Amino acid sequence: MDVFHRNHVTVTGQPDGRVVVLSHGFGCDQNIWRLVVPALAARFKVVLFDHVGAGRSDMTAWREERYSSLNGYADDVVALLDELDLRDVVFVGHSVSAMIGVLAAADAPSRFGGLVLLTPSPCYLDDGDYRGGFSRADIDELLESLESNYLGWSATMAPVIMGNPDRPELGQELTNSFCRTDPRIARVFARATFLSDNRADLALVTAPTLVVECTQDAIAPREVGAYVHASVPGSALVTLDATGHCPQLSAPEATARAIAEFAAVA
Amino acid sequence: MSPLLDDDLVELYEQAPCGYLSTLPDGTIVKVNATLLGWLGYDRDEVVGRKRFPELLTVGSRIYHETHVAPLLRMQGEVGGLALDVVAVDGTRLPVLVTSAVKTDADGEPLLIRITVFDARDRRAYERELLRARQEAERLATTLQRTLLPPTLPSVPGLDIAAYYHHASPDEVGGDFYDLFPLADGRWGLFLGDVCGKGAPAAAVTSLTRYTLRSAAVYDPDPLAVLTNLNRVLSHNSDGPRFCTVIFGVLDPDDFVVTLAGGGHTSPLLLRDDGVAEYVDVGGQLVGVLPDARFSSASVRLGPGDTLLLYTDGITEARTDAGRNRFGEDALLTFATGLTPTTASDAVVAVETLLKGFGDGLDDDTAVLALSR
Repeated sequence: MDVFHRNHVTVTGQPDGRVVVLSHGFGCDQNIWRLVVPALAARFKVVLFDHVGAGRSDMTAWREERYSSLNGYADDVVALLDELDLRDVVFVGHSVSAMIGVLAAADAPSRFGGLVLLTPSPCYLDDGDYRGGFSRADIDELLESLESNYLGWSATMAPVIMGNPDRPELGQELTNSFCRTDPRIARVFARATFLSDNRADLALVTAPTLVVECTQDAIAPREVGAYVHASVPGSALVTLDATGHCPQLSAPEATARAIAEFAAVA
Repeated sequence: MSPLLDDDLVELYEQAPCGYLSTLPDGTIVKVNATLLGWLGYDRDEVVGRKRFPELLTVGSRIYHETHVAPLLRMQGEVGGLALDVVAVDGTRLPVLVTSAVKTDADGEPLLIRITVFDARDRRAYERELLRARQEAERLATTLQRTLLPPTLPSVPGLDIAAYYHHASPDEVGGDFYDLFPLADGRWGLFLGDVCGKGAPAAAVTSLTRYTLRSAAVYDPDPLAVLTNLNRVLSHNSDGPRFCTVIFGVLDPDDFVVTLAGGGHTSPLLLRDDGVAEYVDVGGQLVGVLPDARFSSASVRLGPGDTLLLYTDGITEARTDAGRNRFGEDALLTFATGLTPTTASDAVVAVETLLKGFGDGLDDDTAVLALSR
């Protein structure tokens, strides 16, 4: 198996530096890190990739049964670290990738030197006293929203978006391409993301962990950040003065600083 | 200037036939027009400086906004044609199409986000109709497909039987078919074939072919007689030319001899216990083209550990090397040799893996039926 091709792996930064793996969440691809990569690449070896089904990953590797649960993505992360033989890695998981990182670190603890959980949520649905912020009806509404934007994905565009090996520049010219996913795949990823419950996995984390949250985040509100911080043994919490769910875009300097300070000592 | 062209800019903004709003980079609304306020039922001071744009959306649309729209906006400066739902003060939902663009300062830092909002009730209702029609067509195709393939194969004492069907497209009913069924005299009938063409017309021929083969076998199970009957039916079809390639066989469970008749179909493979794989040359002419088509037959005895593999040409026609070459019969023989000795189940799993490995190179339906002792 060629993980470089499957996950469209890109490696940049200091060849001998500490390895920082940046893992994107639901919605976009590795381009979401583009504003923090320059700062991190100055000090670390930065590894970026696209989850299967996103960006320029190998769409032929996508299987509904494999990618209907976060374990499929976590297995890919472990395979990637094995293939590149990366050790003592600082894994930065954004959004759902935070939980993918938690699962991968439990599978292959020796490869992980630290975890950065960026705007994480272990469970998006409300459950008893736990407030994830969403109801089942809300998630169904999201799935409907993905359906409504279905027509933005046309069959004629799909082969171009999914990567034309002979003319890679074609993909880059398309607007929206880095947040555009085959709706069938997006639906499966959305279900895996928003209907998973990984609260019990947090207590099993042994790697040094930094939880990064934003002051205003409609997807992962502060009480969820506090819950993750309280549940991961010995974790640290940083609250960025930022709005939205993607601080690597809305507050790239502060986000890069938080990652770099953690990666320097973890 | 004509007074008709001299529209007042403030009034144009406020009363435009679409919603306008401007927000800070964090989404806080700083300006909004009367049209949008009218749609939502809010007073201006309930919104300006008080609400962020995502707060006007349904929760589902808000998640979509935070995970797709906001990142795109930051990365490419504008994003258009988004289907979102806004919620009015009384709780009613309004489907809208949203386009957003970022206004930046001299250093390229975002200052404002300008958003236009179009009423999309009619368009979304129409799109929902399209989606429903598509889902209905997919359901129909799936149902039809199920009637063309046996849901499960019967078990034959002393034999391992396995089959696999690869659908090239979920929207289309495929033209490949196979079956295995008991005959009245204790023997077993089996067939596998490929109807020329695609879509509904091909499915109609597949259905006709399948049921003709089953009923012809009841009348006279001799493989050559079955194909002759099928040929008569297909060539008399008044709806225009209908033809297929097919292998029909009869298996005797006492001595494990399979008598095969061929109608222009790719040769089956015999994967022998001793490590040799070979094509069984059955031959014959295409079924349904000529009124007096000639078919030929061959017999194979399955020894212990032998596997007979019938397949359609989706495998051999699969494109390899980024489309430059076809997989071909030589490669298939080499592949089959590598599997020997095997069982029907293992061989079918191996073929399934081979087909998946073709990725986009496999653009035709493919059926596989295997028997082993």
